[in-house]
Amino acid sequence: MTIARVWRQIVMVLVVLAFGFVLFFWLLQNSFNLRLDYTLRTVALGGALLGSLSGVLGSFAVLRQQSLLGDALAHAALPGVALGFLFSGRELSALLIGAALSGWIGMQFIQTLVGTTRLKQDVALGIVLSAWFAAGIIFLAYAQNRPDAGQAGLDTFIFGQAAAIIEEDLWIMIGLSVLLFAVLLLLWNPLKAITFDAPFAVTMGLRVRVLHLILTTMIVITIVMGLQLAGVILMVGLLIAPGVAARQWSYTLAQMSLLAAGFGAFSGGMGASISALDADIPTGPTIIVVAFILLMISITLAPERGLLWRWLRERKDRRAVLSQQLLRDLLRYALGHGAATHATPNSFLVGIHGSATRACLQSLRQAGLVERVRHTQDEHSWRLTQTGLVEAERGLFHKELGA
Amino acid sequence: MGGRIAGRTRQAKLRGDRLTENGTDAFSVEDLTVAYRGVPAIWDVDVNIPEGVLLGIVGPNGAGKTTLLRAATRLIPRAAGTVRFFGRPYEEVLSQVAYVPQRGSVDWDFPTTVIDVVLMGLYGRLGWWRRPSDRERQAARSALEQVGMQEFADRPINQLSGGQQQRTFLARALVQDARLYLMDEPFAAVDAVTERAIVQIMQELRAAGRTVIVVHHDLQAVRHYFDWLLLLNIEVVACGPTEEVFTEENLRKTYGGNVSSMGDVRQGEDVSHHEA
Repeated sequence: MTIARVWRQIVMVLVVLAFGFVLFFWLLQNSFNLRLDYTLRTVALGGALLGSLSGVLGSFAVLRQQSLLGDALAHAALPGVALGFLFSGRELSALLIGAALSGWIGMQFIQTLVGTTRLKQDVALGIVLSAWFAAGIIFLAYAQNRPDAGQAGLDTFIFGQAAAIIEEDLWIMIGLSVLLFAVLLLLWNPLKAITFDAPFAVTMGLRVRVLHLILTTMIVITIVMGLQLAGVILMVGLLIAPGVAARQWSYTLAQMSLLAAGFGAFSGGMGASISALDADIPTGPTIIVVAFILLMISITLAPERGLLWRWLRERKDRRAVLSQQLLRDLLRYALGHGAATHATPNSFLVGIHGSATRACLQSLRQAGLVERVRHTQDEHSWRLTQTGLVEAERGLFHKELGA
Repeated sequence: MGGRIAGRTRQAKLRGDRLTENGTDAFSVEDLTVAYRGVPAIWDVDVNIPEGVLLGIVGPNGAGKTTLLRAATRLIPRAAGTVRFFGRPYEEVLSQVAYVPQRGSVDWDFPTTVIDVVLMGLYGRLGWWRRPSDRERQAARSALEQVGMQEFADRPINQLSGGQQQRTFLARALVQDARLYLMDEPFAAVDAVTERAIVQIMQELRAAGRTVIVVHHDLQAVRHYFDWLLLLNIEVVACGPTEEVFTEENLRKTYGGNVSSMGDVRQGEDVSHHEA
């Protein structure tokens, strides 16, 4: 498949996603004829925005094999959220700054542990993830005692709550998203280079340390922004699922990122909207379920890399081999009985090559290579046609050459 | 250590010959030591390689061949010593030194195309913001042509064979148009076509006056590929023109007496060699 064809395919997938999204809203409007237009719009927009951002930066996280680091970071942000609230009440920017600081300290701690002790990365991640999360729960329990805690919806940071997104928040999200996308576009090439081959980028004189720092910072900002929507526990799903799903369909990083943005926006927007319908539906899990469905579809159906695709190709290969074997056996059997036109009993061929034989013989007949000779109601044999004979002889010839 | 001192004298003589050309060596290493957890990977390495030489770095597994390249390019820290390219520190001559890492060092399932990987060789020159123009794309295509990969330009890299991966890496270095090339095991597990392509390119580069330094893992064909050799086993065993260095005594010192694979190596005589 050529790159151009893959691009067409990706555009097609994006169109299908957009169409599905519009259809979904049309259904919502018609079946829930409620006055939720305004809230729903805010929530859907916020969800789609955060989803697309997570999709793109998650693609980088996946390719850099930092998925679990993302998970640890999300968990490590929780104490920051609680402390931010304790100091300045429900102010999104304060909560985000707290989350980012706390996540950053957690990450430094991970790096210190790995660098100075004999602990491995996964152990360090596990320690920080659970310790920071535990501290976060304790701070949160304390913060809940404050009179304004209820309306702040602090506990929603654990599983995410789309309804908590208000218009003010949306403007912060839009601003940060524009900033991050701009940086990504501007630094696209060097960021791609350090993700593919960082040591080589060093030898070319690219300032790899700074670029690493920029990319990691962007991933941290994305995670922190997504917390309100997906929650600290499930944020990692929104981060990696769109990227992994997009990888199935794409040949280049640009294609992967664009499609991941689409998948992320679809999951985020759809999940947030569904959960906004009823306060009892948790946002994070809904988003993750949507993302997971897209992931499963991609893993199964995507051309070239999809499981179904591979299975079909393998079946095609097996059929091709079987066809060659059948032609060869027909010729050998016939020659063994004195004439190339001698027919071979159907039961004989099925006995040797198994149940796939019937379908294969049918397609050989359609191709005009073999013909059926009927003896009785349920007994028949097969004979090579003139073209089939040529084909079979060629097969034998190749075989004898040892090809 | 006798061989080493003799090697040095030879080098001094050779350098004297070349002083008129340039005055400095393309690659000079002084007292370089690298250690992992207190164990030296290379110890007190002194090497001077004149410009325009095709050098093979040869030695057993764990001899520190790759470590030498990685320490020279500052990819790993040095415990002691200095490395100079054309008489200057590495940081000052980045654009003149092209590095070809082992192909196993990256994830070949990364979503990108062959031409894109080759273009990455120009990112150093382009800097953070500038995009490759038509001229750069043309350069990338002709580098791919040099390694016989032009028809693979728009293929995703996960469809390449090992040899094609190696040639893609080589093209990425060629496009840098450097004065010195460092290649880490370019012949490791590649097909005959790729091996021939790499040898041809190494010789073309030398003919164009470039310096090529190649880490090589086996002794097959060493005499035919390289005009200089560095025999390394943690320490430098010998370094100099191949015909002087490639002796049974030196090889025995490098490989610890076990050179049975070499069969009938005799001093100063050609090693039995068969083209693949």
